[in-house]
Amino acid sequence: MRQSVVRASNLQAPAGATAGGIGLSPELKAALEKFIAENKVVLFMKGTRQFPQCGFSNTCVQILNQMSVPYETVNILEDERLRSGMKEYSQWPTFPQVYINQEFFGGCDIMIQSYQSGELAEVLEAALNS
Amino acid sequence: MATASDVEKALRDRLQASDVTVLDTSGGCGASFEVAVVSDQFEGKKLLDRHKLVNAALAEEMKSIHALSIKKCWTPAQQADAQNR
Repeated sequence: MRQSVVRASNLQAPAGATAGGIGLSPELKAALEKFIAENKVVLFMKGTRQFPQCGFSNTCVQILNQMSVPYETVNILEDERLRSGMKEYSQWPTFPQVYINQEFFGGCDIMIQSYQSGELAEVLEAALNS
Repeated sequence: MATASDVEKALRDRLQASDVTVLDTSGGCGASFEVAVVSDQFEGKKLLDRHKLVNAALAEEMKSIHALSIKKCWTPAQQADAQNR
């Protein structure tokens, strides 16, 4: 948990970067791109993997645990700029959001359906072998 | 706040959906819905892009919706297929 908190704080835009507005600053966008490039599987969620604060986020944690793949989590509740910025970055209005191999993979419903269909296992295997 | 019928109307109007099921799972506050949508516009699109169409159709309503669970995004052919099984 400590590690993921540290990383989430790394993603915070420098103070004043958004000049009081809510949205995706260039600094935050660059930090997100870097973080997603450095981690094959990233779950942007409400809460932490030990203590998810939303049932949908919890479902994604359970699925990724089940898949036995390494993944990073980012608690978007820690930073409102990150929360609103991620909606814009992913063009997706809700959380959780899952990135696999630098691509937005989907939200909770897509995780469930692709887990059940076997597609998730294929995508994860391809990502981890790349 | 959005009601189940607002959500249903938005999906029917903006996606020309032939069948829509909306379930208010919020316990009455209108912030949480489950939806199933059948539309020609899903033809040839992968699941992520279908969900993006649904999110876009509900962009206005999403401002007051906390959780939108998209259970099905079927083409009419997929719906017929499921019914014949």
